[in-house]
Amino acid sequence: MPRPEFPQVRRMGEASLLVSFDDALSMRANAAVLAFRAAVEAEAWDAVEETATSLKSVYLRFDPDRLDHATLEDRVCALLEARDWHEAGLPEGRRLWRIPAVLGGDHGPQLEEAAEMAGMTADAAIEAIAATRLRVLTIGFAPGLPYLGQLPDAFDIARKTELTPRVPKGGLGLAIRQMVMFPVETQTGWRWIGQAAFDGFRQGADAPFALKAGDEVQYRPVSVTEYEDAVAGLETGLDAMAEPLE
Amino acid sequence: MSVRLHIVKAGPGLSLQDFGRPGYLASGLSRGGAMDPLALAEGAALMRMQAEEALAIEMAGAGGRFRAEGGDLLIALTGAPMQARLDGARLHWPGSYLLREGAELEIGGASAGSYGYLSVAGLDAPSILGARSAHLAGGIGGALSSGTRLDAQPAPNAGGLTLTAQDRFSGGLIRVLPSVQTDQFGDDARGRFEATEFRKDARASRMGARMAHDGDGFSQDAHLAILSEIIVPGDIQVIGDGAPFVLLPECQTMGGYPRIATVIAADLPRVAQAAPGTALRFRFVELEEALKARAAAARHRKALPDGVTPRIRDPHDIPDLLSYQLVGGVVSAKAEE
Repeated sequence: MPRPEFPQVRRMGEASLLVSFDDALSMRANAAVLAFRAAVEAEAWDAVEETATSLKSVYLRFDPDRLDHATLEDRVCALLEARDWHEAGLPEGRRLWRIPAVLGGDHGPQLEEAAEMAGMTADAAIEAIAATRLRVLTIGFAPGLPYLGQLPDAFDIARKTELTPRVPKGGLGLAIRQMVMFPVETQTGWRWIGQAAFDGFRQGADAPFALKAGDEVQYRPVSVTEYEDAVAGLETGLDAMAEPLE
Repeated sequence: MSVRLHIVKAGPGLSLQDFGRPGYLASGLSRGGAMDPLALAEGAALMRMQAEEALAIEMAGAGGRFRAEGGDLLIALTGAPMQARLDGARLHWPGSYLLREGAELEIGGASAGSYGYLSVAGLDAPSILGARSAHLAGGIGGALSSGTRLDAQPAPNAGGLTLTAQDRFSGGLIRVLPSVQTDQFGDDARGRFEATEFRKDARASRMGARMAHDGDGFSQDAHLAILSEIIVPGDIQVIGDGAPFVLLPECQTMGGYPRIATVIAADLPRVAQAAPGTALRFRFVELEEALKARAAAARHRKALPDGVTPRIRDPHDIPDLLSYQLVGGVVSAKAEE
């Protein structure tokens, strides 16, 4: 099949469009996605009821009783052509999160394995992870679950074929140069490499979802004691982990 | 003291449901809400209440035993018809009833479909992210267990109403539209997809339902190359074993399997309501037909209050039928016992 042209506007059922900037993940396509979604939100088109992003696409849900597909597709295409969204820069209002985490040991029992697959020692892997500023590429699968990327090339390792049955809340998974941070206990094929003091989904809070796509995350390796203190102080301490990004 | 519904004995799949919480896809939360939203609107119409504020107990497969505490409650029974008795007397489904303080409502298994609904006038629960429904997969709220007591309002009327329920409990032909990977499946797979009779797998949940069938799977070569993408209720993913899997209201928001089609919104409750083993077929339609069906469903829902009628007493409803003097001069049968 010939490679499709991007960006690509496709219909997804009777009330949604999907605007894809690539069919593989790249930081560049993801940046275009984040910029284009912000632009769509700023347009505030009547009858567009919701927008969201994946790693490489912008999703629009609309009311087909008030807005027909062709009209919305025309508007979307016109906005796509208005500029090169790859060069638009990331949207404003993003934050950098410095999150304490225990990497390896009982809190990340598959770190050794992941490090070995990446061709380095566990200590070198921890150092490389801590040195990387990861972008929240998208949020999804479960409420408040960020896909974070990208780690250095060496971490382009496959997911496990067997699921790890129970990774606790705050658990960190690693695969395909990305990390995920589980907001609730879950089973997963991502290698469980650590435990972060973080609460990605606070149901009763004014802002229940701490992270937004486009935010950045840097993990700060800490001892188990420091981690436990940070977890105990999460209710008030979460916001202190964030600072505005220019 | 407030009026409450006491769940004396909960069936295995009870949860509070409303029309869900749209708008949180960007945060990874699917809309959720009732598997059969029409049943909520029917419940509201039967109680002469506003549908927008509907909140009901969704019952997967079977109900349980319920009691009114602190006063009389107005209830409505809608969705998949279930065996229901009020203090032993069989109840007509769908219908609205007065549940008198202390009276016991027993709701057994579904005779068709999967999800029955027990609406209670003024039922209340804390609002989380703008809705009161449980989102089990997302960790919001939870299944209702035996012993739970839910706040409600004193009965505003005595019920006694019924309506003709649109049949969405027996599977059948499901209309679909193309989705983002439909082209990648090729004419042969798409043709087979339309020609195959599927059976709803017994492991279906609020998240989705696998469609079982005999013969080859629907996998295609590009299968493994799909990067996770946004998915929404109605989408039909072809999962690892080649079976189509229809996503339902509480689905995950990202999926890495290719989508062969998406179910039109008007027909999704038929997939949700189909009982395990029920036969389902899929047929591609034009967008225009999907939009017409959508508009027709909206019209039907809006007209529900006008279609509600007083329930004519069915002999089954009368617990002490034998004590009635049905014909003058005839000796009551009960007297001979």
